[in-house]
Amino acid sequence: MAKVLIVAEHRDGKLKKVSFELLGLAAQAGQEVHALLLGEGVAGLASELGHYGAGKVHVVESAALKFYSAEAYSKAVVQIAKNLGAEVILAGHTPTGREFMPLVAARLGVGLASDCTQISLAGGKIQARRPVYSGKATAEVEFLGGGAQLATVRANAIGIPKPDTSKKAEVVTASADLGALKTKVLEMVKGAMGRPDVTEASIVVSGGRAMKSAENFKIIEEMADSLGAAVGASRAAVDAGYRPHRDQVGQTGKTVSPALYIACGISGAIQHLAGMRTSKTIVAINTDPQAPIFQVADYGVVGDLFTLVPLLTQEFKKLKEH
Amino acid sequence: MNIFVCIKQVPDTETKIKLAGDGIDTAGVKWIMSPYDEFAVEEALRLKEKNAGSTVTVLSAGPARVVETLRTALAMGADNGVHIELPENTDNNYAAKALAGALKKEAKIDIVFFGKEAIDDGAAQTAQLVSAYLDIPCVTVVLQAEYSTDKVKCKREVEGGAYEMVESPLPAVIAAQKGMNEPRYASLPNIMKAKKKEVKVLKEADVGTSASDHKIKFKNFQLPPPKQAGKKVDGDAAAQAHQLVQLLHTEAKVI
Repeated sequence: MAKVLIVAEHRDGKLKKVSFELLGLAAQAGQEVHALLLGEGVAGLASELGHYGAGKVHVVESAALKFYSAEAYSKAVVQIAKNLGAEVILAGHTPTGREFMPLVAARLGVGLASDCTQISLAGGKIQARRPVYSGKATAEVEFLGGGAQLATVRANAIGIPKPDTSKKAEVVTASADLGALKTKVLEMVKGAMGRPDVTEASIVVSGGRAMKSAENFKIIEEMADSLGAAVGASRAAVDAGYRPHRDQVGQTGKTVSPALYIACGISGAIQHLAGMRTSKTIVAINTDPQAPIFQVADYGVVGDLFTLVPLLTQEFKKLKEH
Repeated sequence: MNIFVCIKQVPDTETKIKLAGDGIDTAGVKWIMSPYDEFAVEEALRLKEKNAGSTVTVLSAGPARVVETLRTALAMGADNGVHIELPENTDNNYAAKALAGALKKEAKIDIVFFGKEAIDDGAAQTAQLVSAYLDIPCVTVVLQAEYSTDKVKCKREVEGGAYEMVESPLPAVIAAQKGMNEPRYASLPNIMKAKKKEVKVLKEADVGTSASDHKIKFKNFQLPPPKQAGKKVDGDAAAQAHQLVQLLHTEAKVI
């Protein structure tokens, strides 16, 4: 059994789903599963980590960890990992994990496989594939030179295990010497969207140039809300100013792997396909039956999105009521 | 101020990737500066313009072809370039060691800009690794930055439209997100001038890399499996909507 350390991520007092995915991965592979909780007043989250497979939860509480910072997180993770003798260290490929994990890798002098979309821990070693050229191809990752193996894993790549509330993790209070920190987080400003982020949502509804205006995205938002989905956009829609860049899906935006991706009025330029082709189920709605998006779609609907989207919203709502 | 920008040359986003051997076929690939690096170069130039007497040095590690991308940055207005000669397909850590080694040769560093990730491997590692090897702080995915003589205040994008305000002393590594600024186009006279600007060449021995700096290897490249033809949902709009929702519910089981 290898010692696997999972850096649990939380925001606004809630654990991230990707942390549950990682716990499930390690537990199912029969490894010794350790979770690390960093923050201030976060010990209450430890039991939930147990439900998803953590055998032991290390809790480091410090005022300096009240807000995430790459500097404080990387220092804490390195110390806990060294004390534990962690052989595998995992985090989500999130705005947090993708920032601090390279610092951990540098300080431990080991390699990091980032943004893995397929991963196994059989035999206590990481076997992973990751997209290259934004998913136009994938490559297997080989670790060179020994030492701990590190990976960040894309949200939704593994799937969330069923929680077992009878499982209890051992919770230990740990301390880390953070020393004098150079960087300071002055403020955390919450998003006003009230919708999940495209990289985390299990359903993403995206609109393209055919939306014609920012206002018209209202019908996409309504459909997204009927599904609890995130709203995405193609580069053409972002360049036209219909949506902010943070919603852009594609090679110069975000790469996503939701369970369901609904592309509305998106032709399917290679740079967009690169960002969403790993989605489990893809629906394309487009007036042009020759649009390349139909080549990757599991379900294709040739028709006018301005008619279809409001009808779909009604159907989704009806389904929910049943 | 002594301002540095690390840039990477990548295949154009429209490139259709073909495999050759255990890697990609680079024949016929159109090479560009990784798009996020354009924001890094622009940010460096704007900082220089606000601080008289500053210089902007661009660095790139890779084979001979990357000089062309250094010239693009010089044409945008950077003062000089550093080309660190590395073979094809070095890993992030090796490239970071090389860049850090080159930066350590500089008399003084105030700030080092990167793009938030390169669009070829999308690893988003090199900026942080370089900051670790220079032992200076790093802030990534920066949408906006305010500079003063000894520190920088950054607006850093996180998920769901949220952001963090992070303050770091200088020197620091800053990794730019799209939207940080509007990158300028190089004018024809500046393109001509860029041809005369100095590009210093450093070898691996000059930057102190060693074989053990390779930590990750990519292998067994695969193209995405071809998708089976999807199902076409026919009928009038109301029938299409109804049928699609049923298929998603009962067949794909995703809602």
